Amino acid sequence: MTADLAARPAGPDAPGGATDPVAALRRRRRRRLALVVAALGVLLVAAATLALTLGEASLAPGRALAALFGAGSDADVFVVHRLRLPRIETAVLAGASFGLAGAIFQTTLRNPLASPDILGIASGASLGAVTAMLVLGLTGLAVSGAAFVGALVVALLIWVFAWRQGLHSIRFVLVGVGFAYLCSSLLAWLLASVEIRAAQSALVWTVGSVADVRGTDLTTFAVAALVLVAAVAVASRWQGPLALGDDHARALGVPVDVARVASLLLAVGLVGVATSFVGPLAFVALVAPAIARRLLDDGGAALAVSVLTGAVLVLAADVVGQHLLFGVEAPTGIVTGLIGAPYLLWLLASDRRKTLA
Amino acid sequence: MTDVHPPAPAPARPGDAARDVTLRAHGVSLGYDGRRVIEGLDLELPSGSVTAVVGPNACGKSTLLRGLARLHPLDAGRVTLGGEDVGTLSRKELAKRLGVLPQSSIAPDGVRVAELVGRGRYPHQGWFGRHSSSDDGAVLRALEATGVADLADRPVAELSGGQRQRVWIAMVLAQETDVMLLDEPTTYLDLAHQVDLLDLLTDLNRTRGTTVVMVLHELNLAARYADHLVVMSAGQVVAEGRPGDVLTAASVHAAFGLRARVVPDPVSGTPLVVPLGRAGRDENIG
Repeated sequence: MTADLAARPAGPDAPGGATDPVAALRRRRRRRLALVVAALGVLLVAAATLALTLGEASLAPGRALAALFGAGSDADVFVVHRLRLPRIETAVLAGASFGLAGAIFQTTLRNPLASPDILGIASGASLGAVTAMLVLGLTGLAVSGAAFVGALVVALLIWVFAWRQGLHSIRFVLVGVGFAYLCSSLLAWLLASVEIRAAQSALVWTVGSVADVRGTDLTTFAVAALVLVAAVAVASRWQGPLALGDDHARALGVPVDVARVASLLLAVGLVGVATSFVGPLAFVALVAPAIARRLLDDGGAALAVSVLTGAVLVLAADVVGQHLLFGVEAPTGIVTGLIGAPYLLWLLASDRRKTLA
Repeated sequence: MTDVHPPAPAPARPGDAARDVTLRAHGVSLGYDGRRVIEGLDLELPSGSVTAVVGPNACGKSTLLRGLARLHPLDAGRVTLGGEDVGTLSRKELAKRLGVLPQSSIAPDGVRVAELVGRGRYPHQGWFGRHSSSDDGAVLRALEATGVADLADRPVAELSGGQRQRVWIAMVLAQETDVMLLDEPTTYLDLAHQVDLLDLLTDLNRTRGTTVVMVLHELNLAARYADHLVVMSAGQVVAEGRPGDVLTAASVHAAFGLRARVVPDPVSGTPLVVPLGRAGRDENIG
């Protein structure tokens, strides 16, 4: 960044100097990005602080922070490190994964409605987990594995049905919607056909919750998510041209089929990993990128900002679900919809342009 | 209109600015879903000129352009650019030499003019080196050449049709290729904006030496602006050459099934096709 600023002749008289509209626009964009990232960072820290302090053992922020760095009583340290921190980390990882996956789906398929919830990939993961629990009697990490396999199998099936001399966006979305209904129906049938107690315990896999991931599971989740995020960073070069349409992307030198397959595979991987630990978490993958794109408003994929909006959304939803719903503790997946939907509606309503995404 | 072909380049000077970028189709066949649109077509599009491809609807002119630009796979034959087989180049390498403006272009929501034009720099960027000052320079030159520098930070969606088409052409220009293919660049524009756009493309050809190949619908504009005219019908080239030689009442009738009289354009002297239609039913055409 500094290199190209230095390389450009400075001063109002120099060509490409102060009046260069291209550089000026880029500077404004950078400022906006920095502002959005900073604001979301502050929100994330605020939500994390709330999550650390609120609870049955209410800790003042100062005590919670002290305990976070190992000071304070053993009880405080236990509450912060064993109970609350893992939950915060899970919420951030899950939100980041869903947000990023949704952003990739939406730009790669050029459809703002293309998200794993709507394409049936999330319901495939639920179906996999519930089948493993209720039919095969599996528990623990094996259920997570089944959820991941469920997401991959549905994605693969959508692929097989949607492929016709290349992968066409609208076909992919329509086939995905079909599979979403199929999976939901199978899931409902499965839950209705077993005894009520078993169905109750499986319910978390149909809604999603960040409450119960800790220890090695959490480490596994973090490593898998980080590897996928790094891979997305490499593949993100394709997103700009892909957003212009297949012909434009090809004309600019993007191997469109390879790029689309690789991008979607990474997104499915992110959804599969996240769903296998926390369940589907409705709406996050749909709404987090939509919010991120509106905050930046530059026609880009807003991948990095979607990571942040997803994390903030899920963490805030978890805080609200745990403490602010009048004594009823609601699973995270219910609250994400309750918070995300009104915010998106407000953004759409206050949009100064007439065009909808 | 005079022939503006530059002197043939002296024996292979690779990397030379005025290098030979003749686009040739050798026995090219292509189509959709097993239905052949073009069968064994041979064609040469001269380096350094403005070529227009005309023909009736569904004659395969857009398909041919897509095949030449590698937007659509060839079933048979090959395309060469300056003698080099296009199919052996990487997509990115091809995108540095040959720019394409496909027919339908929809800008992503919110994108500003300079940002969209900046996407034309993609083939010149590595995996991690994003924008450099040479990219900014190319974008600015493209904006200025197409007369949209004033609009640099306007959202593309808010522009008029004529401005938007200039912006898309600027994006292809920012690719800095020697050859530019355009699929019906004047569609949806009114006559004034069509003329405006074709003037712009001619200027780019004259000042930058860019080889321009465009599919056009409007015969008379094609005849006026093209150095080289290709008339297609039913997947075949029925005539090619200088517009004055190619565009005759007979060739128009052969390609379009249209009875017309061809007279000299009072402004440019190029052929002007005047359809007879019902009004001229009894007119005798030769």
